[in-house]
Amino acid sequence: MTLQPDTFKSLVKVAAEQVIASAGELTALDQAIGDGDHGTNMKRGFEAVLGKLDTISTQPLDEALKTIGKTLVMTVGGASGPLYGSFFLAAGEAMAGKTLPEDLADVFGSGVNAVSARGRSHVGEKTMLDVLVPVLETLKADVGRADLIERVRTTASEAVERTVPMQATKGRASFLGARSIGHVDPGARSSCVLVHAVCSTLEARP
Amino acid sequence: MSETVSIVIVSHSKDIAKGTADMVRQMVGSEVKVAFCGGNPDGGLGTNVSLIMEAINDAWSAKGVAILVDLGGAETNSEMAVEMLEPERRKMVVVCNAPIVEGAVMAATEAAGGSSLEQVRAVAEELTAG
Repeated sequence: MTLQPDTFKSLVKVAAEQVIASAGELTALDQAIGDGDHGTNMKRGFEAVLGKLDTISTQPLDEALKTIGKTLVMTVGGASGPLYGSFFLAAGEAMAGKTLPEDLADVFGSGVNAVSARGRSHVGEKTMLDVLVPVLETLKADVGRADLIERVRTTASEAVERTVPMQATKGRASFLGARSIGHVDPGARSSCVLVHAVCSTLEARP
Repeated sequence: MSETVSIVIVSHSKDIAKGTADMVRQMVGSEVKVAFCGGNPDGGLGTNVSLIMEAINDAWSAKGVAILVDLGGAETNSEMAVEMLEPERRKMVVVCNAPIVEGAVMAATEAAGGSSLEQVRAVAEELTAG
């Protein structure tokens, strides 16, 4: 699998469109345990990314990832802007001199570490990391397998469901204490939407 | 007039940020530069990295800038804004772990006396230590 420029362009386009289409669901999840702006914030950020699609698709991959990161930082508005922004900025930083798919886990891992550092958060705290970390583990374990995409998709879906019984200790949801239990984490859900969009695009355009 | 540490107030609500800045000006006077911002990029409740960077640069002082924030995203976005400043400015800006109104007033009072950035931050953060 070599990532062609037009494949990357459709990856970004589909991912952005899927996030925008999920805005209502993300906001509803956030209204339950957060401040109810995750969907609108993510929609605003990814609309801005779509607006830069032509620039992004002509840049080298490392620069393109950084452009996405910077755009999200500047436009999302909530805490998810710096969190997702840091993911793409760090992934872009790590991408320089690397090749895909060999270094995919390495590049993705740099993004995950940046999210953890920015949010001062770890797995098990009912955040987007509860999807990103299991996906990273699958990427590390199963890179090169023919069914990698399917495994990543399943990992992300299962990881979202595992946030339901978790109690939030980070972010606005932590104010709710035990009342955060029983709800899907909105950040975990938006991470899953992004991961699934990448999976579907790569299946359609290998 | 010698320069003092400046104060930047970052709230999800522009009204809260402005009200806090008004209180600082009335209680501490105008020798400490105070800038404020609030609202997401669409003008709704939220915070916004580019407005925070603008406020830091507006209030800029060679002695440093202390930022007071309200809730989660304001802190995360402020930390991001600091990292996006020019490298030589980054080390002269701190985000204080303190309540926004009390912290801003205490920090500005300390700054007015000519204290260093670290002293200003420590006074604001004493409020959290309780």
